Amino acid sequence: MAPPPPPSGTVLFLYLLLLFLLSTAAAASAAAPEEEFTEELLLRPLPDRKALAHFYFRSSAPPAATVGRHHHLFPKAISQLVKKYHISELELSFTQGRWNYEQWGGFDPMSTSNAKPPGVELWAVFDLPSSEIDATWKNLTHTLSGLFCASINFLESSTAFSAPRWGFKLNEGNLRYGALPREAVCTENLTPWLKLLPCRDKAGIASLLYRPSIYKGYYHSQKLKLRSSQSLGIILDQTLTVVLQPNTINDKQLHSNLGQLQPSWSMRHLFNRKLSGKCLVSKYSRIFIEFDKGIVDKVNKSGSDLSWNNEFFVLSNGPDRLIKGLNNLEVQSSFIYEYDVSNYSEEKPFDVGITWKLPLIWSCTPSPFHASRFLMGSGNERGSIALSFTSTNLQKIFGSPNDCSIKAVIFQMVPWYVKVYYHSLEIFIDGNRKTVSDVVDKIHVTPSEDKLLPGTLEMLLRFPCSMQSATLTLDFDKGFLHIDEYPPDANQGFDIPSALVSFPEFNSARNYPEIDPLLGSPLLENFQEDTVVKSYTEVLLVPLTTPDFSMPYNVITFTCTVLALYFGSLLNALRRRIGEEERELTKTATRHGLIRLLLAKLRGQKVNPTESGSLSESTGSKKLLFKVVLVAVAAVLFHYFSNNS
Amino acid sequence: MESSAKQETQPKPRLIVRLGVFLASHHILFSVICCFAGIIALLLLPSLAKNTYLSENALIPGSANPLFSTEDAIEANRFMKGIEAAAGDSMGGINMAKFIAQQIEDLGAEVCYHKFLPHSKHFHPLKFFTSTSNHMAIQPNGTDINFGINTIGIIRAPRGDGKEAIVLVTPYNSQRVHSNELLSLALGFSVFSLLSRAAWLSKDIVWLSADSQFGEYTAVSAWLNQYHNPVFLSHSVILDTKIYGADHIYDGNTEKAEFESFKRAGTMAAALIFKVGETRRYGDRDSVMMYAEASNGQMPNLDLLNVVHYLAVHRQGFRVNIAAFSSLLSSAWLRVIAEFFHTIGTVLRKINPDWKLDITVPDYVEGTANLANSIYNQALGVPTGSHGAFRDYQVDAVSLEFSPTFNVRNENAKSLFLLRGGRLVEGVVRSVNNLLEKFHQSFFLYFLTAPSKFISVGVYMIPFALLLAPLPIVAAALADGSKTMEKLAEKSIDDSKANGSAHFLQSNKGGSWKWLQAAKVLLVIQLWAVVVSLLPYYITQIPDATPMQSAVIWAMLSIVILVALYVMFGSPYSAGVEWKLLKATMITSISIGLGLMSIINFATAQLGALIVIPMCLFSRPLKARSGINFLPRAALLASNITLAVLGFPPAALLIMKGLSKGSWTVDIGEFWVWMEFLWEWSSATYLYLFLVHLPCWLLCIHVLLHPCRQSESKMKQE
Repeated sequence: MAPPPPPSGTVLFLYLLLLFLLSTAAAASAAAPEEEFTEELLLRPLPDRKALAHFYFRSSAPPAATVGRHHHLFPKAISQLVKKYHISELELSFTQGRWNYEQWGGFDPMSTSNAKPPGVELWAVFDLPSSEIDATWKNLTHTLSGLFCASINFLESSTAFSAPRWGFKLNEGNLRYGALPREAVCTENLTPWLKLLPCRDKAGIASLLYRPSIYKGYYHSQKLKLRSSQSLGIILDQTLTVVLQPNTINDKQLHSNLGQLQPSWSMRHLFNRKLSGKCLVSKYSRIFIEFDKGIVDKVNKSGSDLSWNNEFFVLSNGPDRLIKGLNNLEVQSSFIYEYDVSNYSEEKPFDVGITWKLPLIWSCTPSPFHASRFLMGSGNERGSIALSFTSTNLQKIFGSPNDCSIKAVIFQMVPWYVKVYYHSLEIFIDGNRKTVSDVVDKIHVTPSEDKLLPGTLEMLLRFPCSMQSATLTLDFDKGFLHIDEYPPDANQGFDIPSALVSFPEFNSARNYPEIDPLLGSPLLENFQEDTVVKSYTEVLLVPLTTPDFSMPYNVITFTCTVLALYFGSLLNALRRRIGEEERELTKTATRHGLIRLLLAKLRGQKVNPTESGSLSESTGSKKLLFKVVLVAVAAVLFHYFSNNS
Repeated sequence: MESSAKQETQPKPRLIVRLGVFLASHHILFSVICCFAGIIALLLLPSLAKNTYLSENALIPGSANPLFSTEDAIEANRFMKGIEAAAGDSMGGINMAKFIAQQIEDLGAEVCYHKFLPHSKHFHPLKFFTSTSNHMAIQPNGTDINFGINTIGIIRAPRGDGKEAIVLVTPYNSQRVHSNELLSLALGFSVFSLLSRAAWLSKDIVWLSADSQFGEYTAVSAWLNQYHNPVFLSHSVILDTKIYGADHIYDGNTEKAEFESFKRAGTMAAALIFKVGETRRYGDRDSVMMYAEASNGQMPNLDLLNVVHYLAVHRQGFRVNIAAFSSLLSSAWLRVIAEFFHTIGTVLRKINPDWKLDITVPDYVEGTANLANSIYNQALGVPTGSHGAFRDYQVDAVSLEFSPTFNVRNENAKSLFLLRGGRLVEGVVRSVNNLLEKFHQSFFLYFLTAPSKFISVGVYMIPFALLLAPLPIVAAALADGSKTMEKLAEKSIDDSKANGSAHFLQSNKGGSWKWLQAAKVLLVIQLWAVVVSLLPYYITQIPDATPMQSAVIWAMLSIVILVALYVMFGSPYSAGVEWKLLKATMITSISIGLGLMSIINFATAQLGALIVIPMCLFSRPLKARSGINFLPRAALLASNITLAVLGFPPAALLIMKGLSKGSWTVDIGEFWVWMEFLWEWSSATYLYLFLVHLPCWLLCIHVLLHPCRQSESKMKQE
């Protein structure tokens, strides 16, 4: 405010200003979409008597220009992050436990997008020129590290991340990928993740997240996915996938014995919490219960309809809606019961459960090949990595002809101290060695550089459909690390992050023809997205030669001894003068030390300077020895008797 | 006065040189003292043993209450009844595997079978240590071929990352079923079923019920080989499908075909092999026998043994034993030594209360028996059980053999035993599960004198070092002695010359190169030894040879080759090698050989040193003239001959057998069998015997039979 204008002018000005602000705000709200928040939960019984819970929270912010720097619902930290580092896509996952691809499925959207490797996995696509990407990635890891209380900053070093071109996700060289398999995941990572939600875990579906029950499960994966573009704004998807063991009264029911009922469970049972209404700022708050293709087929076969109360199971509440899901071959693959949480409140908490009436055994659709990875060889020198594929005979289910082929893409990142020889790639199909060119369509290798770059392998393979098993082996040498490069607890061994195997010809997308596109369920939208079937392999542990860190004392004493010897002899050599020494010698020859005199006395001889050592010593030494022993015995006896008395 | 002035102008030699000269001039006294000190130090080892302690804090054994309950014992009983029924069938072996697999599957764990063929070990001289024999290379040559089936159950740790695994092994013989083996299977199953419900697991659990019809070691090593070095080539697949009778397992049940594919867990952290041995009628407490020695004297980390011992003794009340030489327990002379050390120890203790050497007599005797067995097993280089197979892959493993004291019909006692055994195994698994790093804190090089007492490498090296110490000194003294002898000869020509000029003269004459002759003899004999050690490879190719025949062929060939070598390179006596130089070379080579062996297998070197070093030090030509009296000379001769006989490996074997079993029948074939045993297990002891011990013995014989002509002729020249 410069010179004070007349008072009436001020009022008028303020009024106009207010009017202007109001009108622009109104215009903005009318023109651009508002910030939105939705919360959803999907529950699913699993064939091995467990239950899967998948929390899905989506916060979205409209393009930045329209709202400026302020947000109502959207977490500010994230939007700042996106703006500062020009992120167009980012995914960060914290996982504990392994996804069981055989039991829990490998061909549905759940396993392809929510099964993650143990530890931390981070990838990001930047909207930046390629020269700036590495530096930005480093800053990003530090920021995320602070944001999520995890050592994501270890991904900063160039030895920890790689830039896959097509093996992980097709991109133009602006994607960076890093994984930390050893990162322990616990509540300290969950709390910052929850802070990004508008209601945290105080209300809404997130209030079900009772730590002891969700960390007791068999699989726990919390994920954060960001997408940002000029047109969409920022979309933040936060998901938490847990596989829980329903508490059953009888312990024996844990085992999947034939003819036993699946355990019945309810939400209160699983989470030890009640759901009292939705998070008030959320646009939608829904709970889905999904039944697999296996169950759907069995129920259809038995002739009963898929109502919430059929002859196999009954749900505790009647659903608000019933959604049929089709897979990409337009075969009915799932059945979803939808509940709207907004109808419930503190006084009328929501709970839904399932009670099984008849024993039911089903299996989930597996991916075309079950991939597993293991180490071969022993010792600290060399070894091999083997990747094995076993057919799940899926093509029989799909009825494909036998002379077809299936594509598989392998993405594998190997730390530099595991020096993989990529030329040693050997491929065995059904026990026959195949030449690499027969099977590999396309290969892209970035060899590792010591202490600089990890090795990256991207490979497109083509397997015959009739193949039962295939194995790929790669030999490696184990490298040596510098003493300060060893991580804490180095004797555990070193991890090779999970490899990713994807099958580009198989799409796990679901289709929900009956639902209204305006329903706006981000969870189901996510299921409808085109995602190729992929699976992560095991993390490998490579034992490397490790120095004995627990013996610093020995090291210190050894080095000190060596140094002392070195400097002692060096000083001795430097200090010594020939002429000086001669003088010393003549001096000693005339003087005779006290000890020498004493020795001579002991021997009972006269001091004779000309007498030279060995001849007289040999005769005298026996006497000397005898005398020394006599004195020692006397001393010992004296000590003994003095102690005795 | 002139000479003294000269001496003063000469710089005085360094202290260490003077010390060496002094020791060399007293080498007889020095070597006697060192040898005695070495033997006494060896005998003192049991009283120097320390109590074991847990180095790795993460293990915290016994800190959690065991969850293994009576219900699990009931489960074990149920399993036992089931498997008894399965074993009773005609297709016993396959039915048992099937039953076990079904039980594991019912627990919700993963199962797979591993089929393997017995493999005969062959002597491959070029692949001595790396004989990872390919089991799949053997083709089935008939329909009635026998094969073993291991059944493997894997529990994936909930929330674990699957990088590491703990292996439990229960061996059983599928062809001849014993009730105690069924009991150990039941114990294994009940522990496995408990672990399948455990929420605290961080490492996967692998339960291997090993079909030990071809021996426990074979089954376990075949599985480990398949785990670590699988073969993907076609013949293995063909073999898999062509093993006849295997189809019985999957009677048209396609779902079970997945059992066929080999399943893996991560890197093995530790392995525990347990079995129930024969029940004993006597004894107050159930006992556990602990076996740990793997091939070539390798031991598992001491912490693993500590955990087992701690849990067994302090938690479950077992008596833990380790193998001992029982003959030593009742020997009178050992008792005398024990009394002696006890008195000395008590006296020493009174002098300084910190010297705790006064071990009681029974403790000493037992400690010595255990220690002797420990040293013997390590020296033999042959594993004492299937844990040896794990150690070959750098996995720490220990075998436990329970010997319960109950009557088989006593169900209560059996349940109680199962309860305690199960809790012990559970506790060990729990401790290992706590480990973040692999075992590395505690000792790998040690001897056990009791289940809870050990002698670490720092202590047990002392006797060996003492035994080895005189060797270089004696060699130097002998070499110097032969020089001075020459010097004397020179001196006789010109007595007035002083030391320095004599030295000058001698070097001029090139006499210091005489040792080359001795070295040549040594090299020829070493060459012979290498050939002899390789001969068995060709002898084994002879079909249908009895051990006796093979041994005789071996001996004949060795002698022929020796003679041939002498013809080619000249016999040692014709070249005119002085015996002192020969002895010096021999001593040098033996000290190098023992030094190398102490790195490969310390126990072998230690035991070898006890025989070889006195033999070497005593050896002197039978014909040598010396100024000593008849009696000491006769004693020297007698001891020389005794040691030379003792040093001959077949004779040593015979004497050892005679002492241990009391049968003195001479069987040449037995030596062959014994050697076969050593190379089948690729024991470094075989190499030691033939590349270090045998040449040394032969050189000793050469020294003993030395004609001593040169010296005599020289004397005559004088």
